[in-house]
Amino acid sequence: MADIKLSTGSTAALPKTALGEMIDRLHEMGYHVIGPQIQDNTIVYKTLDSVDELPKGYISQQDAGTYRLVYTGHQRYFDTTPGAQSWKQFFFPPQTDLATYKRDENGRWQTEEQGKDLTPLALFGVFPCDLAAIQIQDRIFLREEWKDPIYWSRRQSALIITVNCLHPCGTGFCASMGTGPKSNPGFDLNLTELEDVFLVEIGSESGRLVMEGLPVLPPSAFWLQSAQKGLDDAKTKMGRSLPHPELLPDLLLNNLEAARWDDVAQRCMSCTSCTQVCPTCFCWDTHDSASLDGNVAKRQRLWDSCFNPDYTYIVGGNTRPNTRARYRQWLTHKFGSWYPQFGTSGCVGCGRCITWCPAKIDVTVELAAIREEVQA
Amino acid sequence: MIPSTTISNAISPSTPMQPYWAEIAKIVREAPGVSTYWLKFLDPSLVDGFRFKAGQFNMIFVPGLGEVAISISSDMEDTRLVGHTIRTIGNVTTAISHMSVGDILGVRGPFGSWWGLDECVGRDVVIAAGGIGLPPIRPVIYYILHHRREFGKVILLYGARTPNDLQFSSEYKAWQDGDIELQITVDRGDDAWQGRVGVVPILFYNTRVDPHNTVIITCGPEIMIRFVIFEALARRVPADRIYVSLERNMKCGLGSCGHCQLGPYFVCKDGPVFSFDKLQPYVNVEEF
Repeated sequence: MADIKLSTGSTAALPKTALGEMIDRLHEMGYHVIGPQIQDNTIVYKTLDSVDELPKGYISQQDAGTYRLVYTGHQRYFDTTPGAQSWKQFFFPPQTDLATYKRDENGRWQTEEQGKDLTPLALFGVFPCDLAAIQIQDRIFLREEWKDPIYWSRRQSALIITVNCLHPCGTGFCASMGTGPKSNPGFDLNLTELEDVFLVEIGSESGRLVMEGLPVLPPSAFWLQSAQKGLDDAKTKMGRSLPHPELLPDLLLNNLEAARWDDVAQRCMSCTSCTQVCPTCFCWDTHDSASLDGNVAKRQRLWDSCFNPDYTYIVGGNTRPNTRARYRQWLTHKFGSWYPQFGTSGCVGCGRCITWCPAKIDVTVELAAIREEVQA
Repeated sequence: MIPSTTISNAISPSTPMQPYWAEIAKIVREAPGVSTYWLKFLDPSLVDGFRFKAGQFNMIFVPGLGEVAISISSDMEDTRLVGHTIRTIGNVTTAISHMSVGDILGVRGPFGSWWGLDECVGRDVVIAAGGIGLPPIRPVIYYILHHRREFGKVILLYGARTPNDLQFSSEYKAWQDGDIELQITVDRGDDAWQGRVGVVPILFYNTRVDPHNTVIITCGPEIMIRFVIFEALARRVPADRIYVSLERNMKCGLGSCGHCQLGPYFVCKDGPVFSFDKLQPYVNVEEF
């Protein structure tokens, strides 16, 4: 085995046969490894015990309202693009306890915060769009003035192993959003899957520690060229595109009465699917419950959606009483007002909202239609 | 020995959703269905150490039922007790209405933006409030009374549904004695009522407004706010000297849960008080 110096910023090659060793190494280092696996005819993210659980040999076919896994028997582990799930469930769980409050005999409330599971997570097989989504959620839950304790407790120790996306999905447009198909910085390790080896880009000291002791090879020029060619090809294989996302805030916020809002409202069912599958949507609600004697109270946090009817309810009225208003809020927020709020688009171009919309509504089509209507 | 730490607000940066506890020290009935709950923090450093600015709100928590966003209605220069004037209207406020002195509530805050008092210095101030829109402005009135010389003419236009619904009526004399001109109107009078009947914006017709030197402060039902702004703009008061407090569904106060969004703003964080120029692009868009 050739001697190779591993350091942050360097790239090594790992034989495909050693991928299992990498997963074992993560387990040895104490990580709770989570990776993509097939369940219910789609890809889910759950505890990964062994390399055999990865969706090797499958491809995924996606279009508006459609997701299909197809077995082709190829030898690649990461050809299936994500299903409905994203990684946000691990840092921002769909339902979690905020605290339990117990009233003592003096009528004083004692707060018991939820115990935090401090086992560090290793997110294994994160596509570049989803790393970008995690970085957007970082801006939402980790502020200068406060940090969300649930998010932070899991995020700060998490290891992120990305995989460059050589077989982009039919509904994705990460190239337009600048989030893929090559991973932006922010990973600990970034893999590119070639026929015989993984090229492994080391992004951090934690990532370097994982690679130590693995049977790495120096990356050959051929492999590096193959990876580059694969990424160049991938850019041309995006199923969707969204030109000039940076112009969308003005387009959307200046055209809040466009006729297209009425049009899309006829098709949208306000089902909330797009917001639940979106890896950046962050809205949440609180849910309170109490024991029968009223002395034990529990607060939970649940994912919410701007499509829910009571999302904007206040006594005396509902500021967004219909689907037109709610769809307009979602789209103008995601592609428009997100910029002034968080300094970035709210969209990473993963295409989930298109794939999982039961009405086959395609944000790239809706945005193009508004653009066209305004220019007409 | 553990050094004592002084905190000036009830927001923990590491656990921003966990409340601080406070005891109801006093309950003052203001009008039918409206009372002021004077809270005393259990954390000694917050008693008198709690700092807020006029127009900000707290999230008031009833364990088992939830939180409500309530503007602070007391004097920001005296925080031994912190006043919250609450209308009984939903689950949480109904539960609070059944509470007594000595009961415990959770408090997080203060949150949000504040009235432009700095803008008011050296200028006339016209306050237009309707119903439960007066409590968020009462800290402004107290501040003006304490520092009356810093301001020009100060006029309070206030309206309620009926004479019974007029809040803080026992204080009106003191406000007038402190050189605040008071104009009051009600939607419906009763047999004893000898004052005006009509809506708040009409009171502008009895009021001289110097457009170059006036700040408008308004809070109340959204329809009233719209007409107050209309009257103010008609008198050429510039939009950036008209301050409005908005009401939206709020769950966190942190700009995190999403519910209170209005275009680029989180009303809980960027509001509730806005100068009107910031709202102009959005206020006439229905259902936005």
